[in-house]
Amino acid sequence: MKYLTDIGGYAIMVVDLFKKPTKWRIMKDLILKEIDELIFGSLGIVVFISFFIGAVVSIQTAMNLTSDLIPKNLIGFATRQSIILEFAPTFCSVIMAGKVGSFITSSIGTMRVTEQIDALEVMGVNALNYLVFPKIIAMMLYPFIIAVAMYVGIFGGWFAGVFGGFITSADFVEGVTLDFIPFHITYSFIKTFVFAFLLATIPSYHGFYMKGGALEVGKASTTSFVWTSVVIIITNYILTQLLLT
Amino acid sequence: MIEVDNIHKSFDDAHILKGVTTTFDTGKTNLIIGQSGSGKTVFLKCLLGLFKPTEGTICYDGKRYSELTAAEQRDLRQEMGMVFQGSALFDGKTVEGNVMFPLEMFTKQSKSEMQDRVDMVLKRVNLVDANHKFPSEISGGMQKRVAIARAIVMNPKYLFCDEPNSGLDPRTAIVIDNLIKEITEEYEITTVINTHDMNSVMEIGEKILFLKDGLKEWEGTKHEIFKTDNKAVTDFVYSSELFKKVRQMYIEERN
Ligand SMILES: Nc1ncnc2c1ncn2[C@@H]1O[C@H](COP(=O)(O)OP(=O)(O)O)[C@@H](O)[C@H]1O
Ligand SMILES: [Mg+2]
Repeated sequence: MKYLTDIGGYAIMVVDLFKKPTKWRIMKDLILKEIDELIFGSLGIVVFISFFIGAVVSIQTAMNLTSDLIPKNLIGFATRQSIILEFAPTFCSVIMAGKVGSFITSSIGTMRVTEQIDALEVMGVNALNYLVFPKIIAMMLYPFIIAVAMYVGIFGGWFAGVFGGFITSADFVEGVTLDFIPFHITYSFIKTFVFAFLLATIPSYHGFYMKGGALEVGKASTTSFVWTSVVIIITNYILTQLLLT
Repeated sequence: MIEVDNIHKSFDDAHILKGVTTTFDTGKTNLIIGQSGSGKTVFLKCLLGLFKPTEGTICYDGKRYSELTAAEQRDLRQEMGMVFQGSALFDGKTVEGNVMFPLEMFTKQSKSEMQDRVDMVLKRVNLVDANHKFPSEISGGMQKRVAIARAIVMNPKYLFCDEPNSGLDPRTAIVIDNLIKEITEEYEITTVINTHDMNSVMEIGEKILFLKDGLKEWEGTKHEIFKTDNKAVTDFVYSSELFKKVRQMYIEERN
């Protein structure tokens, strides 16, 4: 029952946040601020994580290649496939649910408990539009982060493969370009766009409608992280079923 | 003038306001007093239009809120200013940014016109040299001044204050109370203040509404409140030793 109310509430929020838009002159600054915080603020962690994930995938593939009949370039191929299809879009998004998601929930939640949202509403501002809309727009640049994650992840794979002595640079590069299917990139970026929307809105929902004080802000951030990740994982499954089969 | 007629407010199955009727006069500081949990904040939020009363009507200078169109309600909202209990300043904005915010959102004034208006109201609340500080960098008393400045920057006809001096030391509290009273008289505002502070009652209580468990228990002026025999009111008023002494003096004077 509670889940149904939440799903309904979330849907209403998504509709309401487009109503009564804030003046463009003000909205523009809000969007730029969110881009700085949500997008540029996340580049570091995403680069760090994708490099090492790429490296680990590369080493693990190498360790599993015991037969000489399988070409070495499979290491490059496997790294590319897993990074592009799964690790960059999905794994990074779950990390982002922790980083960006809890930031959004706690900042909006703090505004709720300190009555800043009431203050906006008293003035006649559509607080949802003012607070959530710029986050959605900023997150439309999220695919840019994921593109960076793809490059860095494959680079991490190359680095670990070559410097670990598992493969030559030429073999790895050959594997990376082998049987390349452009639709896989499209598939990845469709996922990324959907995740971006979820990453901006689900944490906002948890922050915006919370009740209580500072303690509840902490709890809301945790709940928000769990739900954002769960929804991302399920959406990932559904989109994969729809797009790849 | 605000006329409140028999308003009720329930949340799910919790019946919080149980039919309150009263009027608040223009140019006066109207106080709502009562213990914590008596429904003062809920009542104020109904006056503000943040909560929709489950029953009853509120008229603002003859305009019945529930009969206004959405656009008219929005216009009316812009004639209201609110000072929240914890000031509710936007922590990402400077003092100046906070006060300028309603002007930026709702007027077409030029940057310099807005700046002049902001400087004027900040000066009115006696806050100088803090324009570029952030809320976290100033004292609670100063935050209250900023909140008042933000509430009056659009020249409101109605001003609502939720426990404007909670968390302040007694001296600062009196200064803030008096500031609100002066502004109310100067700009002819209909002001409604929630408080549980008897000092405020003594200082600025022109009209006092005593709420108890969501009902109007008593209504009168600050002179009358010391003479009433209403048990709930006397229990509230004389909960401190100081006021017990004051009452003693009153009684001795009378005899
Ligand atoms: N949004 C809400 N939902 C449900 N109950 C509420 C809400 N706001 C206030 N209440 C309840 O209303 C009662 C009165 O609260 P309030 O008006 O804040 O008291 P006061 O301001 O006089 O201390 C409290 O019992 C509180 O729990
Ligand atoms: Mg209260």
